[in-house]
Amino acid sequence: MAQASYPEDLLYHVEHDWARVEGAQATFGITWYAQDALGEVVYFDPPSVGTEVAKDQPYTEVESVKAVSDVFAPLSGEIVAVNEGLAEHPETINEDPYGEGWLVKVKLSDPSEAQTLMDAPSYQEGLE
Amino acid sequence: MTSAAETDLRRTPLFERHRAAGAKLVEFAGWELPVQYAGIREEHLAVRRAAGVFDVSHMGQIHTRGPQAQALLQRVLSNDVRRIPEGGAQYALMCREDGGVLEDLFTYRLGECEYLTVTNAANHERDLAWLLAQAGEFDADVIDRRAEFAMLAVQGPGARELVRSLADGALPARMHCCERAVVGAPMLVCGTGYTGEDGVELLLDPEAAAAVWDALLAHGATPAGLGARDTLRLEACFHLYGNDLSEDRGPIEAGLGWCCKEETGFIGAEAVAAKRSEGPAERLAAFVIDGRGIARAGNPILGGGVVTSGSYSPCLEHGIGMAYLPAAQAEPQTRIEIDVRGVTRAAVVKRKPLYRKGS
Repeated sequence: MAQASYPEDLLYHVEHDWARVEGAQATFGITWYAQDALGEVVYFDPPSVGTEVAKDQPYTEVESVKAVSDVFAPLSGEIVAVNEGLAEHPETINEDPYGEGWLVKVKLSDPSEAQTLMDAPSYQEGLE
Repeated sequence: MTSAAETDLRRTPLFERHRAAGAKLVEFAGWELPVQYAGIREEHLAVRRAAGVFDVSHMGQIHTRGPQAQALLQRVLSNDVRRIPEGGAQYALMCREDGGVLEDLFTYRLGECEYLTVTNAANHERDLAWLLAQAGEFDADVIDRRAEFAMLAVQGPGARELVRSLADGALPARMHCCERAVVGAPMLVCGTGYTGEDGVELLLDPEAAAAVWDALLAHGATPAGLGARDTLRLEACFHLYGNDLSEDRGPIEAGLGWCCKEETGFIGAEAVAAKRSEGPAERLAAFVIDGRGIARAGNPILGGGVVTSGSYSPCLEHGIGMAYLPAAQAEPQTRIEIDVRGVTRAAVVKRKPLYRKGS
């Protein structure tokens, strides 16, 4: 994805992660800004299903040619699914960060935490 | 996710070209430089398959001239400076008395008593001071030329033909240099590089740099940034000062005994000769990670040793690197384990270079 984009239906974390909240479950990924700053992602080791993640804490890593970067959980909960396809095709994170490049799905332990995340305009404001 | 501060950083004459091309700019050795344009992998492969152009204007130049210019350089540089013919180039180290490496650099012989030495950006001031400190007893002038040169590296199997088509004559052979005009701009064309590919490096007036850059791009060169420069040099197992070379280790440990000619009596020669004869406790070796994962500089080797350069190889499609290993572990095919942020990654020591031109 060559052009910056920040979908309106997502919530954003200051460490450049997004969450798509659907009831008590959410999908996490990294933002266009994060993948652009990293450059071509060459490795993503998905965490295990069942792992607990805590809001604001790193839960996995993405590695590009030039650097490795922690990925922070925007919300707390338990991982119920991981994007297995990324192990073979990590570049999907660059190509489609909000779609096929999702990282994990999480059963939220406290859905009210979502109130602390930013909407797309606020996140973009923070980037400038 | 580094971003360059707007203040206090030096900019090359091509800064606006980089910005216009959408480069990501980072701070490097006090300069604001392009780390990538389209992407490191794409730029890397363009250099391996066709031709890329790097703005390396942050590198410094020192001019040494006078009746004893050669004698001064012979004292300061590890290689045998007498062997550089006029119009020739030579790689050498600069060492302390104890053999610790101060710098690695190329020297070009411009005339009978005239040499131009290219320094690393981060070391330029120190190199200049070191040369001036040694110059007292020699009838030679040491002159800082950094502000007078922009420097472009055009590298890749198509690089020579591309530059030749814009030049007023034949290009110098590998490890040689000559004055040429390229798109009308006079410059020193050097048959050297840092990518493991054929190519040339151009030293020219900063005022002319933008027009030459534009012409190279118009004729098909891919702009390439520091990111690709690093992955290319690492595949070729060229040392990066500050990573693979430092004052803490000597040339023999670094595998650079070939460019040390102790009989010339250079500063550090005795220490280098002693290390060569006793054998070093550790050696710089190249490795390839078995499976997934990328070791980075600073990662420890289980059982001793440390990674000094580590990255992803776009050609091998594996994590690669160089590490100082106990000498017994540094032989090709030795299996090693690297602690990569708490995860043990298996790797195998490989013969250098990890990538050979045309393979």
